[in-house]
Amino acid sequence: MPERIKHAPLDKDNVKQVRGEIHLIKDQCKGCGYCIEFCPKKVLEESEEINARGVHPPKVAREEDCIMCGFCTAVCPDFAIYVVEKPEAKQEVKQEVKVVRHA
Amino acid sequence: MVQELAHPFAKYLRAEMMPHIWCSGCGNGIVLNCFVHALDELQTDLDKLVIVSGIGCIGRTAGYTYADSFHTTHGRALAFATGVKLANPELEVVVISGDGDLFAIGGNHFIHAARRNIGVKVLCVNNLNYGMTGGQSGPTTPLDAITPTSPYGNVEHPFNLVHLAAASGAAYVARWTTLHVRRLTLSIEKLLQKKGFCFVEVLSPCPEIFGRYNKMRTGLEMMGWFKRASVVEKFSDPAKAEISADRIAVGEFVDIEKLSYERLLHEKISKINEKMMEKV
Amino acid sequence: MPRARTVLSGAHFMNGDVACAEGALAAGCRFFAGYPITPATEIAEHLSERMPEIGGVYIQMEDEIASLAAVIGASYSGCKAMTATSGPGFSLMQENIGLAIMTEAPCVVVDVMRGGPSTGQPTMPGQQDVMQAKWGSHGDYGIVALAPSSVQEMFDLTIEAFNVAETYRIPTLLMADEIVAHMWEKVVIPPADKIRTVNRKKPNVPRGMYQPFMPDDDLVPPMACFGEGYRFHATGLTHDENGFPKTSSTEVQSSLVRRLCDKINKNADKIIRVEEVKLDDADVVVVAYGIVARAALSAVRKAREKGVKAGLLRLVTLWPFPEKQVARVAEQAKKIVVPEMNCGQLVREVERAAKETPVTFLSKLGEEPHTPMEILESIRRSS
Repeated sequence: MPERIKHAPLDKDNVKQVRGEIHLIKDQCKGCGYCIEFCPKKVLEESEEINARGVHPPKVAREEDCIMCGFCTAVCPDFAIYVVEKPEAKQEVKQEVKVVRHA
Repeated sequence: MVQELAHPFAKYLRAEMMPHIWCSGCGNGIVLNCFVHALDELQTDLDKLVIVSGIGCIGRTAGYTYADSFHTTHGRALAFATGVKLANPELEVVVISGDGDLFAIGGNHFIHAARRNIGVKVLCVNNLNYGMTGGQSGPTTPLDAITPTSPYGNVEHPFNLVHLAAASGAAYVARWTTLHVRRLTLSIEKLLQKKGFCFVEVLSPCPEIFGRYNKMRTGLEMMGWFKRASVVEKFSDPAKAEISADRIAVGEFVDIEKLSYERLLHEKISKINEKMMEKV
Repeated sequence: MPRARTVLSGAHFMNGDVACAEGALAAGCRFFAGYPITPATEIAEHLSERMPEIGGVYIQMEDEIASLAAVIGASYSGCKAMTATSGPGFSLMQENIGLAIMTEAPCVVVDVMRGGPSTGQPTMPGQQDVMQAKWGSHGDYGIVALAPSSVQEMFDLTIEAFNVAETYRIPTLLMADEIVAHMWEKVVIPPADKIRTVNRKKPNVPRGMYQPFMPDDDLVPPMACFGEGYRFHATGLTHDENGFPKTSSTEVQSSLVRRLCDKINKNADKIIRVEEVKLDDADVVVVAYGIVARAALSAVRKAREKGVKAGLLRLVTLWPFPEKQVARVAEQAKKIVVPEMNCGQLVREVERAAKETPVTFLSKLGEEPHTPMEILESIRRSS
């Protein structure tokens, strides 16, 4: 039986996933934790270091997973983090493709 | 001596006033962030923008935004803004203030500004208490909440702000929380392009004070409440949009076309002047 | 767009409130926000008709607090702006008078005084707000208050009030009373080009260099307004020359508050106006203001007819108080008589300035000001 691939875009091999480059202005951070909590790809974690405000700013743990959703930039109350598009925009699509077999 | 703030929105902020005075986790910073993001999207002419704020933590916003700004007496931001707008209708006048400033002492000015449909845009940051003075209860404090002036639990019913704004005649009414950053930014963009009185309520965490008294000690816990309880609705009945522990109706409630006060006034002046011309 | 005449040059028979409104228009006022209150309502009603004719803005706000707030907003947008009220509204406006002072917003506040306290006697005259004019708002500050005695002065002093406001960046108070406001007299309105008007100083530095509260030598900072690209901040909180809050600095509080007082006190000689009648050889001097000064003038004339050397010092400026003028009079006169329609307000200032010279206070409350006979009685008893 021929395998039909469902749930996959036809141009999946050509689509470039936008990746982000995260910038931290560490001394602006007040340690609220919103960026860490609400990142959909869990890119950020609380760091060990202590900044000028006496809190642990975030650190970028998995920048390669960043999809440049911009949520961290928007939800930060302290203008301490922002993301810009990574120059090398052509990234491989890391999608899981579901293969559905039909009888 | 302006320190450099190396952030994409730095041009909208007064760097010499940074970092702001707001507590860790305070939603005021998020509202400011969404606001300047909206300005950036629209490429708003900052020379024609006037920010008017009232008294309260959010009142400090006027000092942080790099535009003409005025920090008024408690509750009077809308009355002041009315004068600014009528004297120069070319200005984009935005009032950024808090629940107590706009709806307790400022309540009367709010309903009349909305009734008149004066083209002033209002961002109300609702943190459910009077944060600046230590967390006292206010007109939006939930029933049974503990505050320094309701130590046994609040016995007052709070306002349903979107209902109040809609009933008073506002042309645009929306509610979001500081979690809904994208939609809030879009609402602000809409509000800046619309004529007439526009109002957005933003539920915001006050972790240091309101949160601490009411079992939401960190901003994350209060944002967690927003996440759990928010329901996005499209133009549902504002009268049914009361905030409760289980349900926070967010979304746009009113978006109508209605002649603004300054437009009506201008048309009237033109008509009167035409009559004078006929007489001459 | 052709408009009705802004300045109604010519001779008119009009009432005080209307004269005040016309004076405002002649001074360049293009924004009025008010709330109806007897006996100032006619100012609002007249301007509701005239403002649209000349392209100005009239708005009836929801209360007096909002009225003055809107006036301050309009002032910051570059308009000459005014509100008018009476005692109860004047009390409500005190907080925003403080805001206008702190943010140095030029504007005019007319208080047509009536019987107080509280709701009092809305249709009766009074002079019970004159101390409130100086001390009504919390905090220390300098203020200018003018007292018209005639319908002509309701016109002239309103223009003067705007000029003082624009020169010193303050809310100037016009302390009229119900009788001067409601009586009808001849008013001569000069041609527009003969009326002296003053506009606020504008900054002459590039944007980015502007410090909104950095004073010049005259203690008054040049004023930018919204929309000119200066992007400045103004606040009712104690602030530095850049306009930003400085709520912990003793030095800033001291220098700012003292400047707000000195701005007026050190310029008092330029601001104070009085009218002197027959003072050269006067033994008894009546010091009066407002409608009472009209009766006092009559009394002084009658006294002279009877051979009594009486004179009148009419206070046109109530604040800053004409101390020097009163002191000069006190040096020469044997007795000073102060009639007021209150329980003793400006008489205290007179006593302070008069030092050793005895001062008699004549109090009257109710529907009538002092009659010339009552004042004459007192003059004769003193001589």
